Amino acid sequence: MRRIYLDYAATTPISKEVLEAMKPFFYKKFGNASSIHKFGREAKEALENSREFIKKKSSAKEHELIFTSGGTESNNFAIKGIAFANRKKGKHIITTKIEHDCVLNACKWLENNGFEVSYLSVDKEGFVNLEELEKTIRKDTILVSIIHGNNEIGTIQNLKEIGKICMKKGIYFHTDACQSFMKEKIDFDYVDLVSVNAHKIYGPKGVGGLFIRKGVKIDPLLHGGGHEFSLRSGTENVAGIVGFAKAVEIMKEKDIENMRKTRDLLIRGALKIENTRLNGPKGEKRLCNNANISFIGIEGEAIVLRLDEKGIAVSTGSACSSRSLEPSHVLLALGLRPEEIHSAIRFSTGKETKKEEIEYVVKTLEEVVGELRNISLLK
Amino acid sequence: MYSKKVMQYFLHPKNVGEIKNASGVGEVGNIICGDVMRLYIKVKDDVIKDIKFKTLGCAAAIATSSIITEIAKNKKIEDALKISKEEIIKSLGGLPPIKVHCSLLAIDALKEAIYDYLKKSKRKIPEDLKKNHERIEKEKKIIKKRYEKINLKIKN
Repeated sequence: MRRIYLDYAATTPISKEVLEAMKPFFYKKFGNASSIHKFGREAKEALENSREFIKKKSSAKEHELIFTSGGTESNNFAIKGIAFANRKKGKHIITTKIEHDCVLNACKWLENNGFEVSYLSVDKEGFVNLEELEKTIRKDTILVSIIHGNNEIGTIQNLKEIGKICMKKGIYFHTDACQSFMKEKIDFDYVDLVSVNAHKIYGPKGVGGLFIRKGVKIDPLLHGGGHEFSLRSGTENVAGIVGFAKAVEIMKEKDIENMRKTRDLLIRGALKIENTRLNGPKGEKRLCNNANISFIGIEGEAIVLRLDEKGIAVSTGSACSSRSLEPSHVLLALGLRPEEIHSAIRFSTGKETKKEEIEYVVKTLEEVVGELRNISLLK
Repeated sequence: MYSKKVMQYFLHPKNVGEIKNASGVGEVGNIICGDVMRLYIKVKDDVIKDIKFKTLGCAAAIATSSIITEIAKNKKIEDALKISKEEIIKSLGGLPPIKVHCSLLAIDALKEAIYDYLKKSKRKIPEDLKKNHERIEKEKKIIKKRYEKINLKIKN
């Protein structure tokens, strides 16, 4: 049976070139980058070359790049690290209702440890209101953390305008760019901390980074032997980091174009089905590979599993599919109706996604939605 | 996550449909929580001669509502009222713990259909069935109120 993967926002396969670049570092150049002998030195060289390469490709001129185990660690590091290092200055943090779980839960933990957090609302398309941000800033605010490209609905926030506001008030600005890194432009000049990871861009899982503007006061999350400028101890995952750099190197404009083209084709086809709705922004301010569509009258997990049975992989924000039986907090924040939230499906395209795959998916969607609506209650 | 049988009943459910002039109809669940089940029964001589369902819900919701129609068909009303969640789960070859509540929802749907039948035909309603109905009505009201507070717009 043919298999079509449309869940690239969840993770991506490793590209062949990435795997080839990583291989030597598993068994030939396997040294510990902190060792002073040749095995160590060659690992260290690869590590530092990767770091400089990724920094250069990102156009991050004033930031250092600290490698981590992925997006979750980077976000925890940024939020807890800034909070603890600056707690004498203040204890208020601002974030949004549509952040990734790791940001929200890190903030909740800080709330239980002496900090106060404000969660900004978003409009119907997921955009933060800049006036509301300004009004929420207090004298004791030490950090603003706002996700760049939202993983569920694709909304791309205006980092430049948010950054300007934070700069004016002397507050650190962090953004979770795990979904947008190498896909959309990131205005590094206006952001102090940027979380990134490898496994959304055809790199390996278990490796990511945090860009930190030089001079930012931050406490490490992981204490130990002093690796990564004493900011993130732990023997470096050189193979993963080399893979990360290779993934950054091979991401091309034509790949992004393909993601966008096939995504747009999918949206056009899916919205032809009656009683459907595109969730999130319509235009350019949407992640190039993200589509989130509600199919009114049926339920998300049922749609995902029936598509899965036909070889198609997608995801859903429905309550029935989550560990907690709670619906997606992002869709809730948009103010969607229950029947829109429970029937929302996220499709995300890849650099190799083909037009005829999209056509097959749209055709199958029509069948699956039709069958499930037959089983469902009439409205 | 799901057993083979659950997948079978989800992908190829039995007894999907409606019954015109049904003897009783029971509807439970709420779109706010994400699962709604409606069961139709046709009763003759106190036996459920025909039974159909419609469900808006996940794989477990569709599978449990389908299999309960199979289990209840041709049963006497008093026996249908005894169908337990254990029987449903066993017939399905198991349910993930987080989905066990779907089996309870299916049982409630059947009980509501029987309650509706007994009420319509002006028959005596067993005390615990009455209490069950009252609990379901109360829960419906609570869910509505709770989510009204969280600013979800409810369409009736």
